[in-house]
Amino acid sequence: MKKAYLTALPYAVYACIFIVAPLILIVVYSFTSSGGEFTLEHFQRFFNFDNPAYMLVLWRSVRTAFVSTVICLLIGYPMAYILSKISARLRSILAFLFVLPMWMNFLLRTYAWMTLLEKTGIINTLLGAMGLPALNIMYTEWAVVLGNVYNFLPFMILPIYTSLTKMDQSLIEAAQDLGANRRGVFFKVTFPLSLPGVISGISMTFMPAVTTFIISRLLGGGQNALIGDIIENQFKVVGDWGFGSALSVILMVLILLSMNIMRRYEAENAEGGVLL
Amino acid sequence: MSKDLIRLESIEMSFGDKKVLNNINLLVKDKEFVTLLGPSGCGKTTTLRIIGGFETPISGSVYFDGKKINSVPAYKRRVNTVFQRYALFTHLNVYDNIAFGLRIRKMNEKQIEQNIKDMLSLVNLSGYENRAVSSLSGGEQQRIAIARALVNHPQVLLLDEPLGALDLKLRKEMQVELKKMQQSLGITFIYVTHDQEEALTMSDTIVVMNKGNIQQVGSPIDIYNEPSNAFVADFIGESNIISGIMREDFHVDFAGRHFECVDKGFEKDEDIDVVIRPEDLKIVPPDKAQMSGVVESSVFKGVHYEMVVEANGFKWLIHSTLSEAPGDTVGLYIAPFDIHIMHREAAE
Repeated sequence: MKKAYLTALPYAVYACIFIVAPLILIVVYSFTSSGGEFTLEHFQRFFNFDNPAYMLVLWRSVRTAFVSTVICLLIGYPMAYILSKISARLRSILAFLFVLPMWMNFLLRTYAWMTLLEKTGIINTLLGAMGLPALNIMYTEWAVVLGNVYNFLPFMILPIYTSLTKMDQSLIEAAQDLGANRRGVFFKVTFPLSLPGVISGISMTFMPAVTTFIISRLLGGGQNALIGDIIENQFKVVGDWGFGSALSVILMVLILLSMNIMRRYEAENAEGGVLL
Repeated sequence: MSKDLIRLESIEMSFGDKKVLNNINLLVKDKEFVTLLGPSGCGKTTTLRIIGGFETPISGSVYFDGKKINSVPAYKRRVNTVFQRYALFTHLNVYDNIAFGLRIRKMNEKQIEQNIKDMLSLVNLSGYENRAVSSLSGGEQQRIAIARALVNHPQVLLLDEPLGALDLKLRKEMQVELKKMQQSLGITFIYVTHDQEEALTMSDTIVVMNKGNIQQVGSPIDIYNEPSNAFVADFIGESNIISGIMREDFHVDFAGRHFECVDKGFEKDEDIDVVIRPEDLKIVPPDKAQMSGVVESSVFKGVHYEMVVEANGFKWLIHSTLSEAPGDTVGLYIAPFDIHIMHREAAE
């Protein structure tokens, strides 16, 4: 018993230094004025209803992340379903193709989209050659959504795929046996049983999407800054660590709340491909 | 036992290169309790799945009530299945599990409620409507699985080793209950098991299978008393199987001496196998004995002693309520009607 406790010690030390301490520091900073005294000014600055600029940014971040997550789900679920149904050979090839882009640097991938989407980029050149109107989504919210979907889709597919393959095949046969046709089997059995996977997919896509700053910077341009951009800016450009910390705390609380709702749902529907 | 309900005609099945069913012909009558019995890998579950519509045979025909149903998908067949590991829907409670089939058939909720109430009382689980499936014991899950199938009033209920996961006492109780249900509801049961005792207890007809072939079809008494070959004799209970020669009708030689028997219709001097059940070897005083032998071992089994007696060059397995000590000399007697003669199977 004592030995088992000891083996956890390195991780406990690691967690204290790299997880707990920084978190405490952020919270402390968020309540500290530039003079070093306790203050609520940073939070008042955010929740300023006369000038809701920061709240609007947070709203935009949530909205963009939400749209990205929904699109990821709409693409990811059928993809995961197909993956779970095909032969093992084909599956490994497809899964490989999915993971392949992830071997490349995240920044590089996003830069690649810039050259694809630019006014004179590859996509518009091709569209022009075919006599079609140019696509002007670069530096719009849609470009950010696209970047999110592209980068975070695997995190949606994987947990859904896991929950689908873990499903007891005899449950599907039982549904058929009780008179359900293919549609009935899917909507009454397969989909409800894969919900835990869907839930983890959603949280694993939504969280990075709501906090991202690289994708919005590169593909969204200045006017589509997200909360992640503002936080980064406070720390690196403005140097207002207190306000940056306050924004981080607000974002963290938001994520914790949404995760909690998800978790509660998951607990009701025990079993499933939880990847977190 | 009335009309024929299900007929399998020259069914062949294989998975990849592996042949699992070989020319299966089978007739199931309406309201009959048929058991497919055999060791694992004998093809009994595959046969059941073909009837259920979960597998399509490579060749041969499946008839249901006179109509060929090879290409009818599982969800359109008037057959319901109790799966080996119950396959209850974990995301639904007991009520919704049982209601599943009725809702698909668009029965109104009031009728559904009544049906479920009746079913739960039939399986002795009244009041379980709102329980989560995962909170039930194995035996309770089993009953819910049966209720979920029976509530649809199928013409045929398929049961794939439904009692395999239960402990011995519960299994015995469920055997009796299942048989009662089958008789009171008047539904055809097709039951798969590897447990010969279970098969003997419950069935009207037993189909003994091995390596994808049907070995024998008959009533439990027939199968037990008149096994048609050494495999059946060996699989259904313990037995002594000895090779012998059929001299003429009612006369057989084995174990180095002559016996009278009740079998006829064999060729003169045909090589045959003789089956003698352990309980049919009687221990008698020497003056009435056909053979005498020495007790090698004796183990107390509850109701009887299981003894091995060496006589006439064979080791005989004997079940007797009398105990004889190892080393004792005993007399053995076999009544003519306890000697079962089987045609010798061609060596494989």
